[in-house]
Amino acid sequence: MLFALILLLPAPVPAQDGTDNPIAPLEFRSETERARYHALIGELRCTVCQNQALASSDAPLAADLRRTVYRQIHAGRTDTEIRQFMRDRYGDFVLYNPPLAGHTLLLWAGPPLLLIIGGIAAVFIVARRRRMLARAD
Amino acid sequence: MTRWILVVPVLAFMALVAVLLGGLETADERQLIDSPLVGKPVPDFDLPTLHEPERRVRDDDLAGAPYLLNVWGSWCPACRIEHPWIVRLDEEAPVPLIGLNWKDERTDALRWLEAFGDGWDLHLVDYVGDTAIDLGVYGAPETFLVDAEGIIVHKHIGPIDERSFADLMQRAAALADGGEET
Repeated sequence: MLFALILLLPAPVPAQDGTDNPIAPLEFRSETERARYHALIGELRCTVCQNQALASSDAPLAADLRRTVYRQIHAGRTDTEIRQFMRDRYGDFVLYNPPLAGHTLLLWAGPPLLLIIGGIAAVFIVARRRRMLARAD
Repeated sequence: MTRWILVVPVLAFMALVAVLLGGLETADERQLIDSPLVGKPVPDFDLPTLHEPERRVRDDDLAGAPYLLNVWGSWCPACRIEHPWIVRLDEEAPVPLIGLNWKDERTDALRWLEAFGDGWDLHLVDYVGDTAIDLGVYGAPETFLVDAEGIIVHKHIGPIDERSFADLMQRAAALADGGEET
């Protein structure tokens, strides 16, 4: 826990988001690129402060990663390539939307499975109540 | 007849409690992210050194022999906690210990080393943090063990302590021995 807090301490940040001026607004060539940037930093997890997305994190590393996303969009990389870049370095953990694979099967299948079990249970209970009511009549 | 079915939700609830209690035990460990880079080559880098900013070192320059790469910064309190173990690694580890000074001001870093002692054989400087991203670094300190072929064979996240020191020593010794045989 202490370790986690220590990681949150600010480090000197020379520049943010690909511009030399840390408070200058980011410039995008198109609205599409702007939308892609905001979508990507919203779905990539800040690995330092693990329950925040890059978009909402003040950690210096999050600023560096936002800058990386910005530069890669500028360099013409696709969203898939940028996600893969992050996965190669930080693993599936950086994706708030993890891929469907063997080790994430329970994560994806769990909620529908519970819904189905609940649904079957509800059907049985309703059927039994109906039988009991019918008998009472 | 169907009385036994009432036990199912209770059992399910108890199982859930058991799973969640078990999760509490490993909560700290789960904050550590397994690096997908273990088993992969060290990313390409070309970085200045701390003591001689004009001198640049590339990943190829370090290839050929195993080494430890320790990510630190003067802004990082955990690096101070870890520092006595850095000194011991410097004295006892059979492989060189290379520092990666991460997102730090040069004067701060030099003052920090003067105050606490410089146990590293060489310091590379990553001022903007791009090499750290390539290494999948997400907090300092982190320590990588790289073999003679330039493959990352182990990564330790967080300050080195007694247990991880012994582990690193053992792994480094195995690499150093292997290197002499081939």
